[in-house]
Amino acid sequence: MAQLTFVGKPIPKKDAPGKVAGEAAYIQDLKVPGMLYGRILYSAYPHAKIVRLDTTKAEKLPGVKAVLTGSTIPPFKFGVYKDNPPLKTGKVCSLRDEIAAVAAVSPEVAQDALGLIEVEYEELPALFDPIEAMKEGALLIHEEHKTNVLKMPWKLIVGDLDAAKKEAAHIVEDTFRTQWVTHCCLGASGCIASFDINNNLTMYSNTQIPYLAQKDFMEALGTFGLKNKKVRIIQSVIGGGFGSKLDTYAYEYLAILLALKTRKPVKILFSREEEFFATSPRQCTITKISHGCTKEGKLLFREMEMILDNGAYTSWGATTPSVMMLPISSLYKVPNVKYTAKCVYTNNTYSQAMRGYGNPQATFAIECSLDQLAEKAGIDPYEFRFMNANEPGETTPQNFKITSCGVKECMEAVKTRLGWTGKRMQKEGRGFGMAALVHVGGGARVYKSDGCGTIIKIDDYGKVDVFTGSSEIGQGSETIVAQIVAEVLGVPIDDINVINNDTDVCPWDVGVHASRTTFVAGNSALGAAQKLREQILDLAAATLNEDPSALDLKGSVIFSKNDKEKKIALGKILRSAHYAPGGKMLVAEYFYDPPNENFDKEFKGNLSVAYAYGAHGVEVEVDKETGQVKIIKYVAAHDVGKAINPMLLEGQIYGGGVMGLGYALSENMVYQNGKIMNPNFLDYKLLTAKDIPPIEAVIIETDEKNGPFGAKGIGEPGLVPTAPAIANAIYDAVGVRIKDLPITPEKVLKALKEKEKR
Amino acid sequence: MKREMMFKLNGEAVNVEVESAWTLLYLLREILELTGTKLGCGYGECGACTVIMDGQAVNACLVPVLEAEGKNVTTIEGLVQPDGQLHPLQRTFIDHGAVQCGFCTPGMIMSAKALLDENQSPTDEEIKESIAGNLCRCTGYVKIIEAVKAASGR
Repeated sequence: MAQLTFVGKPIPKKDAPGKVAGEAAYIQDLKVPGMLYGRILYSAYPHAKIVRLDTTKAEKLPGVKAVLTGSTIPPFKFGVYKDNPPLKTGKVCSLRDEIAAVAAVSPEVAQDALGLIEVEYEELPALFDPIEAMKEGALLIHEEHKTNVLKMPWKLIVGDLDAAKKEAAHIVEDTFRTQWVTHCCLGASGCIASFDINNNLTMYSNTQIPYLAQKDFMEALGTFGLKNKKVRIIQSVIGGGFGSKLDTYAYEYLAILLALKTRKPVKILFSREEEFFATSPRQCTITKISHGCTKEGKLLFREMEMILDNGAYTSWGATTPSVMMLPISSLYKVPNVKYTAKCVYTNNTYSQAMRGYGNPQATFAIECSLDQLAEKAGIDPYEFRFMNANEPGETTPQNFKITSCGVKECMEAVKTRLGWTGKRMQKEGRGFGMAALVHVGGGARVYKSDGCGTIIKIDDYGKVDVFTGSSEIGQGSETIVAQIVAEVLGVPIDDINVINNDTDVCPWDVGVHASRTTFVAGNSALGAAQKLREQILDLAAATLNEDPSALDLKGSVIFSKNDKEKKIALGKILRSAHYAPGGKMLVAEYFYDPPNENFDKEFKGNLSVAYAYGAHGVEVEVDKETGQVKIIKYVAAHDVGKAINPMLLEGQIYGGGVMGLGYALSENMVYQNGKIMNPNFLDYKLLTAKDIPPIEAVIIETDEKNGPFGAKGIGEPGLVPTAPAIANAIYDAVGVRIKDLPITPEKVLKALKEKEKR
Repeated sequence: MKREMMFKLNGEAVNVEVESAWTLLYLLREILELTGTKLGCGYGECGACTVIMDGQAVNACLVPVLEAEGKNVTTIEGLVQPDGQLHPLQRTFIDHGAVQCGFCTPGMIMSAKALLDENQSPTDEEIKESIAGNLCRCTGYVKIIEAVKAASGR
């Protein structure tokens, strides 16, 4: 590969100066003239009939401009399963059920108005445990659905499980549980809905799916009597996403309905407490898993049955089993696989995808169980993993075509840096653990299109505007896109301006999910930049009297590779084309949709055109008196294809890793009868700077042939194997296996006491 | 109840009419439109609203506005020189990749500034202690700590 100027370099984030200066405007900071403030009244019970709802007093409060209830808005349901009305009528199914919405001249007046709304409920028995909700005769959360189990039969069968079980020399079986956790974006959810005189809608939003949101809102407007109206999404700077902003929510439809009713822009902004109880978190899971191997340690089968708490309504959380299937079928070489999953309605909050899209829950069970199997087979867990590890060129049983794969290199890096060999099995309170991961790294075809568009224009002076569909949510996509364009066009990175927040001017993109942005938006930007480069070189070729193929472009100068004297400044060529008779200004566009596949009816197909691998390892010290787990050293190694920007990439590994540490050790949404008992950062136990152990990020480059400059995705992988690596290390340290997250000192202590009794 | 209040904000004397029920954060964001100081929780847990008042890093959401009377308050906007030159901490946060979504960044920088104003060569533990009240969900804090270290005398 030719010498690279921008790609592969630790270039600072383009949006960082505005952010450090306090100039970046988040949804919290936006106001539009004449704006009203909306607030939402939520249910007082997790399951109840609404007997009476009276908004008379609220409507009379000075400053209140509109009060909406379910009976005053058009019938409409939203969400993945279209089971969620923005305001509930008849009955409520969870404590986050929206009952009424108010628009007023200030947030304070709107809040006061909520207190004047009179609601009488008739409380109904409720279900908070998915296992209870699955039982025959259980009360129905949604009567019309006839059952509490969602009609999404997740089922993957590969090979011959029964034969594999007979063949296996060693078999382990166990059950693992994970908890509810939430995204904890520092910038909470919010939007401003605004209609123009022609009833076209502008939404100021911090969504991570601008084009899918646009489609959702257009459909909603249709049912609100505004067919064929235009919807424009303008994204503010986004204060974190992690999957929380992957769907459209009641508050957005309520802002739209309030704006329509008042003919004024309406802003709804979540308080921190709302962000905890009224956004959709990662669901809890119960996983029964069984693994078997030969006497020599070769994996023969994996069987998993999973129950997921869907909550009262349905968002993308219910579809996470699709991505869970990736590690289940294809993390390590395992020829026989059976997986079933049931998503179950309960009266809890409803679930959403969160960074990893189900992968952390599945990998926790897989990697803990594998450690158990390695022990049973009497093989070092590192050796066991290495022996069964995936390799490049493999087609896995679910028909994933593995192109690049550096999982063995990742494992080796972890082993070396931890000093694994010879130090395990001491059980002196110090222990080592490891876990690997596979995730989509080349897009993921979960929607009809997995594409992203890019438009590039260049002005008379060689300054470049890149219009990309991909959104910047902090992960650095803006900078990655700029680096790729700068590399191809040979212009300074500071001459690249990226516009990525307006559906009126940017081309389509499916959204920030599936760690797809560097890969898909990167390939899209690469395609557009190459087209523009060709146009530039064609112009220069005529002027320089050279063949375009003999020309190169660097430092905003076009020059002949054969004759260094033959050169011309980029701006000069552009201006001469612009002001020539007839005139010409250069623009290029490119839409990239990766050649990946939707699953077929058997849930098989090449979901992604590249797969990201990694391995994490950890050394822990467990205090047998207190149950406290101290992390001595943490190593996170990731196969990233090519690091377009090693500094930002490390940021994803560190950030993901620490989110994984929280998942493993502290974070937990404590629910009691459907009510979250700890809706604040302190009680939720979000990790602080003081909680951070020494972490090493290791980048393994494997040059992915389908990726832009060889790159694969890295947004989610960082937190996937953290929890099982720690659980495995704790087992090595003190001989107790904690099977439900988070691994609190109380659980460790309890397990130690039980072990003593045995 | 409204009343006049004088204080020094980013080096300039400010005379403003305030309600005693306001917080300093409300005055800064809603009245003076200095939105660089963020509202992340409103009850002093996340640190996104950190400003420096008479040398101390404080959560502006917990400071009753009248407590700022006669005091010297610095916000993130006050760190930028009139010619647009950034403060060394702002520079190192950019150069060390300490910024992702950026919502915690202004508060994080203000806490770090209060530390470095007092202690030019803090240890890693002192840096962690100084930003322990500033939550970040994106970065895992690693590069933030690096950036503070780079801006210090170490």
